[in-house]
Amino acid sequence: MSALLDHLPEFWQGLVVTLQMTAASFLGAAAVGLVIVAMRVGPVPVLRAVATVYVETLQNLPLLVLLVLAVFGLPEIGLKAGLTTTAIVVIALYEGAYIAEALRSGVNAISAGQGEAARALGLTFGQSLRHVVLPQALSTVVQPLGNIFIALTMNTSLAAAVGVVELTAAANRVNLLEAQPIPIFVGAGLAYAAVAACAGFVTGRIERRLAVAR
Amino acid sequence: MIRVRGLNKWFGEHHVLHDVDLDVARGEVVVVIGPSGSGKSTLCRCLNRLEAADSGEILVDGVPVPGEGRALARLRADVGMVFQNFNLFQHKTVLENVMLAPTKVRGVSRAEAERTARELLARVGIAEQAGKQPARLSGGQQQRAAIARALAMRPKVMLFDEPTSALDPEMVGEVLDVMTGLAADGMTMVVVTHEMGFARRAADRVVFMDGGRIVETGEPNAFFDSPRTDRARDFLAKVLTH
Ligand SMILES: Nc1ncnc2c1ncn2[C@@H]1O[C@H](COP(=O)(O)OP(=O)(O)OP(=O)(O)O)[C@@H](O)[C@H]1O
Ligand SMILES: [Mg+2]
Repeated sequence: MSALLDHLPEFWQGLVVTLQMTAASFLGAAAVGLVIVAMRVGPVPVLRAVATVYVETLQNLPLLVLLVLAVFGLPEIGLKAGLTTTAIVVIALYEGAYIAEALRSGVNAISAGQGEAARALGLTFGQSLRHVVLPQALSTVVQPLGNIFIALTMNTSLAAAVGVVELTAAANRVNLLEAQPIPIFVGAGLAYAAVAACAGFVTGRIERRLAVAR
Repeated sequence: MIRVRGLNKWFGEHHVLHDVDLDVARGEVVVVIGPSGSGKSTLCRCLNRLEAADSGEILVDGVPVPGEGRALARLRADVGMVFQNFNLFQHKTVLENVMLAPTKVRGVSRAEAERTARELLARVGIAEQAGKQPARLSGGQQQRAAIARALAMRPKVMLFDEPTSALDPEMVGEVLDVMTGLAADGMTMVVVTHEMGFARRAADRVVFMDGGRIVETGEPNAFFDSPRTDRARDFLAKVLTH
């Protein structure tokens, strides 16, 4: 237990990095997911195909492989960015594919008549997506999006493998000094669990607020 | 106002519209009738390009219906459409349903859009329902809200695809009354319906479709009292005995 308490500042620092990465990459993933789903349900065949390939590719690669590839591969071709930034971008691109799929199932759950009615009124495809289809689609997929958020939080720990000192890496460092893996990693695990519990709570609140009478 | 020439439409192998020609004059009310599967809805949906025709030309107010993009959206803004199952936006109140397109498409201010919306809701007799979610309304009220939503764009033409077919019988009248009022006010209308009473009362012309073709067209009383084709006679015999 003292192993944990003696190193609270390191743990705190790691937790802050984890939370920053989680927030930044979730925002990025949401943006990527919106763009991809708009392409995927849209009327332009080329964009639909690109979006499909994007989703299929990213869902079939391990995130760790992408992280290693980006961190060690990009500098080779002259692209240099900070470790944490690189990790955030990779996680955003990766989780964006999952968000796009969740949103797409939401769009499919909305009757085609909603989009048709919007377009028949003169809204462009983008406007009908933004004002009519997506708001309703979102309210049906709050739970899956919450689950993606939690998975994303856990996935930020993979950044430890490429040298980002987030919560897991911080715990690992403390353990190298103290050699008390059980309290140290249980402590780190509890911190992740707390984030997940908060996400679950917020998801439930949002879901109830967005519930649409049908 | 609408001019259709040589319109053909296939769904896969299925030839749904055969060389359809149709003219609708400004202020004219054309009622389209025919058996199930004869292509009435498809024709109606081709007019604002919710379905893309495979060949032929469609002009609305002298302008060929554009293929896609903003030009198509602009055309649709001038062509109102009312659907069988209303398709009100479920996440918005009735008032917001009516205000959405004028504000987003025409750039009308919210205050003015709201004033117009409330006027229209009063005109279709559901002013007190403005603040409710669509699901809280009866079918007849929802369809009247959908008509108000279409009218809010001040369309040049209104298309109705079986607007009363999803309604309980006691609500059919209130929707037909609104439509009859519109017709009397000079709105150009294309109405797909099985309501023969409405056709007699409000139509300037009846168009009878069967098997993807326009088989007969004529002034309502003449058409209902003495149809010229056997197919129209058979069809009328079936529906009028019901
Ligand atoms: N999206 C579609 N895909 C394939 N076939 C279709 C599609 N929409 C309509 N059809 C077919 O086209 C034909 C004409 O359909 P349409 O809906 O225009 O008929 P309708 O006259 O409106 O019939 P109803 O009175 O039943 O509404 C039908 O045989 C129908 O099965
Ligand atoms: Mg039909």
